Amino acid sequence: MNDSTLVNNMPNRSATSSGTLHNRANGTRPQDSTRLTKGQIERGGKTLTGICVGIVLITLASLIVMVTAKGLSTFISDGISPIAFLTGQVWDPHTLDASGLPTVGALPMIVGSFAVTLLSCAIVIPFAVGSAIYAVEVNPRFGRRFFRPALELLVGIPSVVFGLVGLTILVPLIRNISGGTGYGILAGSLVLAVMVLPTVTSLVIDALESVPAPYRQSSAALGGTRWQTIWHIVLRSATPGILTAVVLGMARAFGEALAVQMVIGNAPAMPTSLTQPASTLTSILTMNMGNEAMNTVYNDVLWSLALILLVMSLIFILIVHFIGRKSEVKHD
Amino acid sequence: MTKSNGAETMKYSQRSIRHAQRNDKIATGVLTAIVAAIFVLLISLIVYIIASGANKAFDLQFLTSKPEQFKEGGGIGPELFNSFYLLVLTLLISLPLSLGAAIFLVEYAPDNEVTHAVKTAIEVLASLPSIVVGLFGFLLFVISFGWGFSILSGALALTIFNIPLLVRVIQQALESVPQSQRDAGLALGLSRWETTVHILLPCAMPAIITGVILSAGRVFGEAAALIYTAGQSAPALDFTNFNLSSYACPWNIWRPAETLAVHIWKINSEGVVPDLAAVSNGSAAVLMICVLLFNLLARWFGRHAERKLMSE
Repeated sequence: MNDSTLVNNMPNRSATSSGTLHNRANGTRPQDSTRLTKGQIERGGKTLTGICVGIVLITLASLIVMVTAKGLSTFISDGISPIAFLTGQVWDPHTLDASGLPTVGALPMIVGSFAVTLLSCAIVIPFAVGSAIYAVEVNPRFGRRFFRPALELLVGIPSVVFGLVGLTILVPLIRNISGGTGYGILAGSLVLAVMVLPTVTSLVIDALESVPAPYRQSSAALGGTRWQTIWHIVLRSATPGILTAVVLGMARAFGEALAVQMVIGNAPAMPTSLTQPASTLTSILTMNMGNEAMNTVYNDVLWSLALILLVMSLIFILIVHFIGRKSEVKHD
Repeated sequence: MTKSNGAETMKYSQRSIRHAQRNDKIATGVLTAIVAAIFVLLISLIVYIIASGANKAFDLQFLTSKPEQFKEGGGIGPELFNSFYLLVLTLLISLPLSLGAAIFLVEYAPDNEVTHAVKTAIEVLASLPSIVVGLFGFLLFVISFGWGFSILSGALALTIFNIPLLVRVIQQALESVPQSQRDAGLALGLSRWETTVHILLPCAMPAIITGVILSAGRVFGEAAALIYTAGQSAPALDFTNFNLSSYACPWNIWRPAETLAVHIWKINSEGVVPDLAAVSNGSAAVLMICVLLFNLLARWFGRHAERKLMSE
């Protein structure tokens, strides 16, 4: 549209309806004597917006390709066995193992990531589902006017701020109660739980709201109490939506880096208790990526950790799709 | 429930009704308690964050002076500027792109496999951990393109982080414009593009702007995508310097730029600043106040624009 040579070469075929509307929308814009034909504007618009979609797709494709290529180079060019990498329990890249390769067992981080993810979701689910039920079924006015805005606010709190609050309140608290340093999976899970809560809750609210009103009315007409309606009807038909919410919350918890890194202690050892310093994939990446020169084996191994993160987030999306497809089939 | 005696059935069902009613009361009580707990948590979080840094956050000296590495009394001047500058650049790049992509998806995209793939791609992009986005930015912009730790690398990484959020917001805003508006535009002889630009976008604008402001809050507080793209150092800025290749020039997009969020993370993980607690609490309070302002602004604007649209 902004190609001036194109504009000048065009015969004046502007439709009157478009002209007047254009003028109204733009106030004082003078009528061009030469304008693009409708067909060209239309094609131009379609191409322009299509290019935007193309850029987004290319970005995602190159992200996946580049991170995968970098992550796989550990196994292809450095010769580290993928099985040893995924199941090894010792992470000490600066010492060489029997075969002369750095000791890079990623299992402690993988276990750490899954532990904080699952534990934080276990904490979040009752709160998210309970408060969503309250906001949709018990007190919808309160839900719309106060609870939703509050959740939006909570989503907006930056993750480093959660990390900082965890560091200054939660870690000393755990230290006083259970001894030790206070850093560890418990602190990480609690911080993540607060972070993930608003995301999961809003999605559960969406799921509950999409349950058709006649379901509730029929249950009430049969003499069901509110809780019976919620438990037997609403929750049951909203189950796929609730599952989706939980999986997306897990995806967010699994990938969160800084807040966890600040409170988990970052000791790359197999976690044996909840209050002992541990580490996650993201925390080791955050800590070490800047310290190692590119293309060393240690650096390649870090990219393999990033690849695990990428693959896991793809798996989470796959699960969400699977739940969606399954519930569609059921409704048909 | 195959009781032969009618009276006994009656008694049984009465008991079960009482039982159900009691359960209903208990459940309502528990649900109320859960919501109350969340509210108490949220309010005490915000009050704590702002109160613990309030003495610093309203101190002009702190807000404008440069950070110190080994001494007390450092400020967050450059970090604060960097955060806003990165936010503006990110929105400048991501807004047109997301607008285009969303318009294509809502107005043009045929209902086929390709469109489905694009929608999935945007979902994938939305669920990517921000550290992975940051590492990709590091690999592509910082290393492959040789841009180094720079504002431009950071803004592009934030763009990747922001696009899925914005596309979704704009898509929803466009989809919520009544179909009759589209039909009316087309019936007047407007092309699809003209209908979109002159009718649908103005209608959807309040929702879009509210969404953009909310996403701005997210971008403003993002740190993981930035530590390896915009870098972790903040050169002192000189606002009289307009030499675009100088590190001291605030507008130079090739200089490294630590933002406020990155600053909080960095001083806490290094821990060499003597007044660490004061500086990080102060920075967190400033960050929190900015995010609150973004949120209030979005809310105020949404209501204001809605009223204006309704009255017209």
